[in-house]
Amino acid sequence: MSTSIIEKFNSMDYGPAPEDATEVTRWLDAHHRTFGHYINGAFTTPGSQTFATHNPATGEHLATIANGTTADVDAAVAAARAALPAWQALTGHERARYLYALARQMQKHARRLAVLETLDNGKPIRESRDIDIPLVARHFYHHAGWAQLRDEEFPNYSPVGVVAQIIPWNFPLLMFAWKVAPALAAGCTIVIKPAEYTPLTAIAFAEIAHEIGLPPGVLNVIHGDGATGAALVNHPGIDKIAFTGSTEVGRLIRKATAATPKKLSLELGGKSPFIVFEDADLDSAVEGLVDGIWFNQGQVCCAGSRLLVQERVAERLYEKIRARMQTLRIGSPLDKSIDIGAIVDQVQYDRIQSLVATGIAEGATCHQPTTDLPARGLFYKPTLLTNVAPSATVAQQEIFGPVLVAMTFRTPVEAVELATNTTYGLAASIWSENINVTIDIAAQVKAGVVWINATNLFDAACGFGGYRESGYGREGGREGMYEYLEPAWLHEQFPPLATTPGEPSLASDTWVSTDPSVPAIDRTIKNYIGGKQTRPDSGYIYPIYARDGNLIGEAPLGNRKDIRNAVEAARNAASKWAKSTAHNRAQILYFIAENLMQRRAEIITKLSAFVGPDQAASELDSSIERTFTYAAWADKFDGTVHNPPARLITLAMKEAIGTIAILAPDHAPLLSLLSLILPAIAMGNAVVAIPSQSAATTVAELYQVFDTSDLPGGVINFVCGNPLELGKTLSEHDDVDAIWSFRDAAAAALVKASSVGNLKQVFTTHGAAIDWFNTQQAEGRWFLRHATQVKNIWIPYGE
Amino acid sequence: MTAKQDALVSPAMPPLATLYGRALTPNQRIPLNLDWVEEVRINTSAVERRAATIPSRRSVKKDWQAAWLLRAIACMDLTTLSGDDSADRVKRLCAKARRPLQDHIVKALGIEELHLQVGAVCVYHAFVETAVKALEGSGIPVAAVSTGFPAGLSPLETRVEEIRRSVAAGANEIDIVITRAHVFDGEWNALYDEIAAFKEACGPAHMKSILGTGDLLTLRNVARASWVAMMAGSDFIKTSTGKEATNATLPVSLVMVRAIRDYAERTGMAVGFKPAGGIKTAKQALDWMATMKDELGRPWLEPTLFRYGASSMLADIERQLHHHTTGRYSATHRHPIA
Repeated sequence: MSTSIIEKFNSMDYGPAPEDATEVTRWLDAHHRTFGHYINGAFTTPGSQTFATHNPATGEHLATIANGTTADVDAAVAAARAALPAWQALTGHERARYLYALARQMQKHARRLAVLETLDNGKPIRESRDIDIPLVARHFYHHAGWAQLRDEEFPNYSPVGVVAQIIPWNFPLLMFAWKVAPALAAGCTIVIKPAEYTPLTAIAFAEIAHEIGLPPGVLNVIHGDGATGAALVNHPGIDKIAFTGSTEVGRLIRKATAATPKKLSLELGGKSPFIVFEDADLDSAVEGLVDGIWFNQGQVCCAGSRLLVQERVAERLYEKIRARMQTLRIGSPLDKSIDIGAIVDQVQYDRIQSLVATGIAEGATCHQPTTDLPARGLFYKPTLLTNVAPSATVAQQEIFGPVLVAMTFRTPVEAVELATNTTYGLAASIWSENINVTIDIAAQVKAGVVWINATNLFDAACGFGGYRESGYGREGGREGMYEYLEPAWLHEQFPPLATTPGEPSLASDTWVSTDPSVPAIDRTIKNYIGGKQTRPDSGYIYPIYARDGNLIGEAPLGNRKDIRNAVEAARNAASKWAKSTAHNRAQILYFIAENLMQRRAEIITKLSAFVGPDQAASELDSSIERTFTYAAWADKFDGTVHNPPARLITLAMKEAIGTIAILAPDHAPLLSLLSLILPAIAMGNAVVAIPSQSAATTVAELYQVFDTSDLPGGVINFVCGNPLELGKTLSEHDDVDAIWSFRDAAAAALVKASSVGNLKQVFTTHGAAIDWFNTQQAEGRWFLRHATQVKNIWIPYGE
Repeated sequence: MTAKQDALVSPAMPPLATLYGRALTPNQRIPLNLDWVEEVRINTSAVERRAATIPSRRSVKKDWQAAWLLRAIACMDLTTLSGDDSADRVKRLCAKARRPLQDHIVKALGIEELHLQVGAVCVYHAFVETAVKALEGSGIPVAAVSTGFPAGLSPLETRVEEIRRSVAAGANEIDIVITRAHVFDGEWNALYDEIAAFKEACGPAHMKSILGTGDLLTLRNVARASWVAMMAGSDFIKTSTGKEATNATLPVSLVMVRAIRDYAERTGMAVGFKPAGGIKTAKQALDWMATMKDELGRPWLEPTLFRYGASSMLADIERQLHHHTTGRYSATHRHPIA
């Protein structure tokens, strides 16, 4: 002992500081290191199909887990379905009590859960103990509140029903909480599948849920690999799927569920920019990277993995990063003084290694500390790659490891250009001591979460989720609750929308007012693209008939190229339109209403051909009223300010989505078309709309109204023609950000399936009819919410 | 003085420290570079977040903890700075400085050959001679707080003269206080001149510049004052007098330590750091050492470059070491007071 203390006095090494894992070992042993699913309030006995979970830091076998079969999935979904009525029948307060108990229990079992998480996942105990588990508890507290307030805060909304949740291995229990808490608070029942690398904390959670008396079937935990996940996704008894994981699998799920009305939220990958301006606190930015790309071994979907640094300070920052990498301690994740633990699995380790090799082969310079790694276990050194071009593989692909790739920029404009030069849009971190710069850049980046002079801050009250191919839907806060709720009217009645427009009425209406003795002047109706009436590329037209069968005129027959042009026009208009003030947009909407009124008689006359004079008048008057509604909303659908438990504010900004494609229904052709266009443009989106094929000539009056209402060209574009054909082109178009299909189920299935290219958001009732005259259904927040996406900007303050 | 402390004041010396493989020499005054002062960027929230994780990111246990706590003693400026200080009180402190741990603890730890003693004894000018005498033969330097401590608002000539008299009385180290108003007013030239004058008056004595960080209030001010103090030739920069409303904190320390690091990179010279005031527990001692080790490296865990200003911390460390050697928790009254 004696020499040894003097030696230590001289060396001043940290020495080992292991967290005691005895309690967890005891727990594992008490279960004979074998675990089944948790279905209908009971743990199953594993059958012949099992898989093993290991400690990635040591390779030690931790436990054998049942691998879910289709029969297991059936049983779990059946249990969830059976539990649903009673769970929904509880009052919000009663559900809140369960959530509160779960929150409390997470705190009481905090250390055991943290140690278990670290053993199974390989993340440093500091992170599981100080970050993951406290956030888990916070999530349940926050959502106990939403359970209590659900009826008050979400009137006219119902829980979606039975939800399937599939979660990743990087934050096993935290992702479990993010999924389970809002679903329970909303009144849904759950079948959740943890990742096969990290099933253990979910099992511990199920035990705790069982102990607090959560009714059987409300929460079912089923284990397994991708096949189990696929069985769950494809199960007909599921109303909603919430998935966190890779973009690849997200695409598969979108495609697999396209033909069903299953609601879907996806939280996918990222390649988030970490932008450092020359006037940043560089030392703090370096610590931001430690909390970013070197948090959880870089296995974080929102990790700031692309460092963009202003040229003037690049070398200095790189030096600081290299020095800091040298002091990061890598080793046993159970050691309390360890910064970087083990990579979750050999597969992931190999992937990181191969991507770094690719990066070097493509010209990057690799910087790693000289630190020794433990002799065994999956440890990877913190890595900085410089000299990386935006075109390099490592600059584009998510590495999901402790690897930072660095690029430089000269101006704020170039910073934004590089930051947004990605198919992803999850998070961004912006470092500058100039608030003007930071907020300006925050507004411009495409990301669901933006941290200013900070990174990887999370809170249950602040929504989390991505733009673009990082997925859709939000987790946390009010935004997150909507993922598990639906308008009550939509949920309760589900009448399928007729595939063809209603039977033409035989009664002859008095709509014809022209003098039959004089031929009318031939009228040419065109597509409307970029504010101009444009001949269809095909050079063809198609006939439009009144409901009595008389030929009314011709509509342009749009094709792919018209769609291409329309999307381009919309893209050009979108950014300016989104930046125009809400007041300005409101003014234009009011002007549209005014001009609709001016042309009231004319429009009613034309529309009568399709729907008869009574409905025509009613549609037009409702349209004017609806235009007023959205003019009113334009400057009132505000964001919110969250107050997470720290000295900062989070601005939940509602931003336009970009370009929205709209497939309008045939029913109430004028009113429905406008009911979809108006919320979109009121929120600053540009629109490419496909009007009802059979009543396409209606657009002629509309574009004249728009032309006289100061609406900038390109904000609304019409392409007439076959909605399925045009809809397919639109939903495959990678520069369209969302597609709204309010036609039949077949159209919904088609657009969902073809939306996977850029994972654009899909808004549809999947064929359920909307009564466009009913303001409860056909206007308001539901539409506005789909016309916007929430960007949470975290702004710490304090001097 | 120990050999290492001799090295501090000797003109031709081996490197004082290394940083990222580069040898650093002791600090010497350089011309004031206002760009370095203006370039300072400090994000308070980010610094606070980082500082908050220091205690939770690093944990030192068992024998290592014992060794680290011994290190804290070696880097300690055992201090008494009260209005009611007396010669006897100072003598008592010096006795403790020579023998900071009870013999049975030293023996149990097997560290007799370390001849562990504190880094320095820190007193008011009035007690310099008393302390020098009481510490005779121990090699423990005497530090005197000076220049109108703690407010530093007496006339400049008086303050400079105070330094001279303390040095003449045998003080090896002088802890000066800066005029805080120069920082508020951005009078960097005035601040630089003042500190440079103090340094000159110190002659061979080692100078620690107290920034009064609790008065400066913003971390940006702390960083700027640190830069000026280093360029003016300070051997150490020190957080506080112990008399401000807020004394040494981890965020303030982090900012000063980062300034020391950048300064070393730019000039090739090493400046020491002394957090003072409010550091009372063994756990805090470990947190600060982890900060020094991770931010600056092993050389900054030597008394040549790192000191704590502390009066009550030693008692807590002694209790912890007693627990380490016996397995029993101790009581303060079982250990001789300073």
